[in-house]
Amino acid sequence: MSNPFNDLDYALFFAVVIIALFVGFIAYLWRKPKTMEDIQEWGLGGRRFGTVVVWFLLGGDLYTAYTLIAVPGLAASSGALAMFAITYGIMIYPIVYATMPRLYNVSKKRGYITSSDYVKDRFNSRFLGLLIGLTGVVAELPYIALQIVSISYVLRAMFLPATITLIFAFALVAIFTFVSGLRGPALTAILKDAIIWVAVIAIVIYIPYKLGGFQPIFADASKYFAAANAGGNAPLFESPTLGVGYTTLALGSALALFLYPHGVTGTLGSKDAKTIKRNASLLPLYNLLLLVVAILGIAAVVVHNGVFTKANSSFAIPYLIRDEFPTLFTSFAYAAIVVGSVVPASIMAIASANLLTRNVYLEYINPNASSRTQSWLSRFLVLVVIAASLAFSLLKVASGDIVFLQTLGGAIVLQTLPSIYISLYTRKLSKYSVGLGWLAGISVVLYDQYLVNFSGNSLTTSTFDFMYVGILGLLVNLLVVLVIHGISVALGKVKDEGIIDNSEFTIEE
Amino acid sequence: MNSILKFIILALPYAFMVLGFGIYDRATPYLGGMPFFYWYQILWIFLAAILTSLVYFIEDREGKKGVKA
Repeated sequence: MSNPFNDLDYALFFAVVIIALFVGFIAYLWRKPKTMEDIQEWGLGGRRFGTVVVWFLLGGDLYTAYTLIAVPGLAASSGALAMFAITYGIMIYPIVYATMPRLYNVSKKRGYITSSDYVKDRFNSRFLGLLIGLTGVVAELPYIALQIVSISYVLRAMFLPATITLIFAFALVAIFTFVSGLRGPALTAILKDAIIWVAVIAIVIYIPYKLGGFQPIFADASKYFAAANAGGNAPLFESPTLGVGYTTLALGSALALFLYPHGVTGTLGSKDAKTIKRNASLLPLYNLLLLVVAILGIAAVVVHNGVFTKANSSFAIPYLIRDEFPTLFTSFAYAAIVVGSVVPASIMAIASANLLTRNVYLEYINPNASSRTQSWLSRFLVLVVIAASLAFSLLKVASGDIVFLQTLGGAIVLQTLPSIYISLYTRKLSKYSVGLGWLAGISVVLYDQYLVNFSGNSLTTSTFDFMYVGILGLLVNLLVVLVIHGISVALGKVKDEGIIDNSEFTIEE
Repeated sequence: MNSILKFIILALPYAFMVLGFGIYDRATPYLGGMPFFYWYQILWIFLAAILTSLVYFIEDREGKKGVKA
């Protein structure tokens, strides 16, 4: 098709993107910190975010390019499978409720800002802390790549040349993050959500109305899916053979989300443990929006007159908007998606950089570095992290259903579950059990991904009932933990590990 | 609150989402044009929020009375 966008559309698009992100640049004026150099300040925003800010900050982490591009994209290529993201959303918060306030209490008392800080003391092992920390950082890379790749898809839908879109996307994320720190994304997250809500609400009301309601969307899409493949994927419900795959993808993603360094950062930035609990109760409501956007992926099939291929599934929402709305609104909506991708990418990169600074540089290289040095190193490492995520944007998975970039990260970070979540409830596990469990779990994940050539299929083969590889890895991981623990019990070597007393998890400072 | 009871309440969404797959993996009955597979999720978005809030409110009241949660 020929380019329907005129100069005014481009001007509006760039204006919205720049203005929304510019708020982040001036954000340091907001609740002005005593010193911007201090890493706690730059990385955690001073640990004083209240319920509303945390709601936006955590919501902003979850409702991103993943929601707006990747999930509806999967719906447009694979139908009801994409609903795993909603099932996942429902299952996130009870686990957050049960774990994060405990992690928060001990972190506030002892000044932790990463899960690696915590693991080090809980197991009295610098090495395990390093291992868990680096696992989080590596897992973060494909998730960041998902955001950046999504930005480039949106830019391509706006007829910008494909060669520069990826570079532009990377530059945008890098500059924004380098300048503003966590305070920037926190404030921008509010504006970002406002813009996204305006765009998304307009879309979720108008499109079903235009297409005559949900009934015809599902009915018409069913015909296209039937025409596109023999059986297999369908929009109405999931093929029962993928029952294990669907539920383990959802469960694994839910368990993984707050194991990522950025999940921890967002939570530890809270004012108190109550703020986290309140958010765990309220955040699920965000899922309503996510659900309708996922259905829009099905609607995109109808408007597109056919099922999307994996290779162009990320265009489902951009094309749907472009086909159904005037170009001026389309430009605004595209800008909203771009801002909605930059902010979370930034939050993730900051979390990773903080971790590298504290748990690698400070711990192993220069323990006497000043706060100022740490802060500047963090800023530099943000750029390194963003550049490293480039590698993932070149994997085969990035040119297919990009939702599998996220499930790849999830499969990796899930292997840290025993050392972070389980250790919040028992002090008896040793560093050897969780360390070897980690090794077994990671090996399963990497070997499986190697077998599929990192093409992005996170579901294993029929041998394992198409189980999500992250959960398969976690099961093996937990089995190893149990066996080693069993041996310790048999040898009478079980004792209280580490320096953290169990009471520190429940006492609020 | 009894912590076992708390964990049971928090575990309910997992039971209905993971183990309940066979129950909700179907198109009918439709509601508002949506297959059952979809609106069952909407139902659970609210139920999960209510359940977690319930635990929060009970803990909060106990906290105010000085009872250890």
